[in-house]
Amino acid sequence: MSNHSYEPESFAFTPEYLEKAKAFIAKYPAGRQQSAVMPLLDLAQRQEGWLSRAAMEVIAEMLDMAPIRVEEVATFYTMYNRKPVGKFHVQVCTNLPCMLRGSDDVVAAAKAALGVEFGDMTDDGTFTLSEVECLGACVNAPMMQINDDYYEDLTAESTKAVLEAFKRGEMPKPGPQNGRQFSCPAGGATSLTELKFEGGKA
Amino acid sequence: MPKLTIDGREIEVEAGTTIIQAADLLGIEIPRFCYHERLAIAGNCRMCLVEVEKMPKPAASCAMPVGEGMVVKTNTPAVRKARQGVMEFLLLNHPLDCPICDQGGECDLQDQAMAYGSDKNRCKEGKRAVPDKDYGPLVQTMMTRCIQCTRCVRFISEVAGTPVLGGLGRGEHLEIGRYVGAAVSSELSGNLIDLCPVGALTNKPASYTYRSWELKKTESIDAMDALGSNIRVDTRGNEVIRILPRVAEDVNEEWLSDRSRFACDGLKRQRLDKPYVKKDGKLVPATWNEAFAAIAAKVKAAGAKVAAIAGDQADAETMVAYKDLLAALGSQAIDCRQDGAKLDASVRASYLFNSTAAGIEEADALLIIGSNPRKENPVLNARIRKRWQKGGFKVARIGHKGDLTYKYEHLGDDAGVLKAIAEGKHPFFEVLKTAKKPALIIGQGALSRADGAVLLGLARKLADAAGLVRDGWNGFNVLHTAAARVGGLDLGFVPGQGWRDVDHIVDGAHKGDVQVVFLIGADEVDMKALGEAFVVYQGSHGDAGAHRADVILPGAAYTEKSATFVNLEGRAQQTRLAVFPPGEAKEDWRIVRALSEVLGKALPYDSLRAVRERLAKASPVFAAIGSVTPAAWGAAFGAEGSLGDGALVSNIDNFYQTDPISRASKTMAECTAAFGGGCNHKHKKTGTHG
Repeated sequence: MSNHSYEPESFAFTPEYLEKAKAFIAKYPAGRQQSAVMPLLDLAQRQEGWLSRAAMEVIAEMLDMAPIRVEEVATFYTMYNRKPVGKFHVQVCTNLPCMLRGSDDVVAAAKAALGVEFGDMTDDGTFTLSEVECLGACVNAPMMQINDDYYEDLTAESTKAVLEAFKRGEMPKPGPQNGRQFSCPAGGATSLTELKFEGGKA
Repeated sequence: MPKLTIDGREIEVEAGTTIIQAADLLGIEIPRFCYHERLAIAGNCRMCLVEVEKMPKPAASCAMPVGEGMVVKTNTPAVRKARQGVMEFLLLNHPLDCPICDQGGECDLQDQAMAYGSDKNRCKEGKRAVPDKDYGPLVQTMMTRCIQCTRCVRFISEVAGTPVLGGLGRGEHLEIGRYVGAAVSSELSGNLIDLCPVGALTNKPASYTYRSWELKKTESIDAMDALGSNIRVDTRGNEVIRILPRVAEDVNEEWLSDRSRFACDGLKRQRLDKPYVKKDGKLVPATWNEAFAAIAAKVKAAGAKVAAIAGDQADAETMVAYKDLLAALGSQAIDCRQDGAKLDASVRASYLFNSTAAGIEEADALLIIGSNPRKENPVLNARIRKRWQKGGFKVARIGHKGDLTYKYEHLGDDAGVLKAIAEGKHPFFEVLKTAKKPALIIGQGALSRADGAVLLGLARKLADAAGLVRDGWNGFNVLHTAAARVGGLDLGFVPGQGWRDVDHIVDGAHKGDVQVVFLIGADEVDMKALGEAFVVYQGSHGDAGAHRADVILPGAAYTEKSATFVNLEGRAQQTRLAVFPPGEAKEDWRIVRALSEVLGKALPYDSLRAVRERLAKASPVFAAIGSVTPAAWGAAFGAEGSLGDGALVSNIDNFYQTDPISRASKTMAECTAAFGGGCNHKHKKTGTHG
């Protein structure tokens, strides 16, 4: 692991984030402050968009840990970005259920819409496209995550539509893109189609 | 205490023992990679799987605590199959480069693959390759061979106390690496090589120079610092290839400092391999007889105006021979304290590490005075750290403020602080007084000051006032840095009443009152101050002493002779001859014996046994090889007087180069260049070091 040119010289939590960080540390008993390492890494990532070495060192200092211990955590979890990402981080799931439900089309559409390959950032720094493992939304496969929101039940068209909307500066509605409510049966209800209560009243 | 059955044999063990530990007690062998008895349990290699009755799956025996009535089986077909499965996974990514691997022949993976490995590979995919890491000039990395047991990560964090290694990434992408900018510069980093069960971390200075089965192994004692670590000297022909630690629970456990391990290439450089005599201002090679004749001429003229100074690696046999020789010449101007340390040879407890190395683990309060144990004795420092990790241990330090790998209270660097504590005027006095087993460590940096005797007196006063010496406990510890020192003091290699000590010998030589000075491997004396005196240097290396010498008598290094050293605890131990001294160099006491004959004062011993009998007469310590001879607390020692100014500092500036052998070592020079004087693993390199 070498020091890349994009690594900043220094990092500091903004006052708001510092406040939140202190609240997380306070949740744990005295001497067990190291338990706060994951939330603090998340805060740093929310502030900067990604986790720089400088940020990890600041956190190590705050929690009285060796920097290597923080780096171990940060490199273990793939949700911590160790490289700068665009304003919108598009993460497309390609695991088995999504693949069976057509994630290949979604991937192709996303690549076409953004003009980048997996792991790359668009030139204007707006989007980063990543391939990820299962995000736990298999009932609404195929799906992608953009920053904190899930976009589900995608097709090539709806993928393109969502990304184009982001490009225009809009915030498309998260959730299933095929009009379905949450994870209700896709083709409409198949059971309990009529309401029948005890006594035969409807 | 739970009772369990392993392979049909019953054993009762302490609660909390794990199955593998219980099996080890029974002598039942369970294969392992990640488990190591001196490190925290990780349980990640899964090689130690065993069957436990009533458990649905095989259990990792290293991480499974024993339970009452447990029935464990370690050699069933199911266990064998489980271990074969684990081995298959371990070998998936392990290269087949055993024929060129330095670990080959002494590799845990190789050995265990013989028992559990398959002769076929069912995996058609390519093996993964991992880029090598830069661990500095001592540890060679071949990270593709790594099986991620994390022993190195645990050692460097737990024992060495310099957490710079870690496992980065996850799953298939997990790599062991160091933190960017941090150096693997622990003074104990060589132990990573021993701990690594595969060939991922190997001995860099010796890489590709040996196969382990070619080496002759000689069990010996280290003389690079005062602990007297138990070592094994591996040699091929007449060359020391490497030095490894041996297990010695009371001394070095199974660790060895980097200087003791890696300075061995210094044994091949700058060696004095024949006698030299100065002619017309230049040292020219001579025969032994010419050299002795030159000395005899000067000694005859000098009468009793002769003196001897013993260096830091002089063995007891040589010192006692010189003592007897000078006595026969009518001189008692001898000193083994070449740094001028104000040690008092008359009270043995005043110069010993009385608590013993293992005993420091019982202490519950410690005051470190004018010493940097991390640089002066890394293995002992690891013991202190081990004690500190258990908790309930208050450490304070008077001296330099630096990282010792454990937390301590820095009380300042002024000698006045010691005075305040000794007089009970400092809060740390109460800490020591109320502790159950309080201890202090006073270093040579303090004792070799001009006011060293006063500091020693204050330490004694403190020890008495705070009750450092109690029933069955003596917490008064002097931390020596010279392997020869305690032995020299024990046999009385100190000036007789009214005779010159080291400072006065040098002063006398300068003024012409001392005409012949014998330097027994003493290189730390101010050579320029020796004036016109005739200097005889007997030693192994061409260092400062040899440059100043008028006659050089080539001696043997500690790996080249059977010699006695007394370690800082007062434990007499004997080295063994692993290789012969180079060229015409000879075992040191024999040189003195031969010289005595030429001087007409033949010493009354002709064999090593006879010299050792003479040693045992000088002190019973030398008859009790291997065990600590404890010392009575005895009469007061040290002096009263005023304290000098200046900060208390360690006497070792550069850990890697402290003596003629390590100064001649290329490896140690590389370490100095890469790591500075040691103790700075946090230092940042500039640029893009990988």
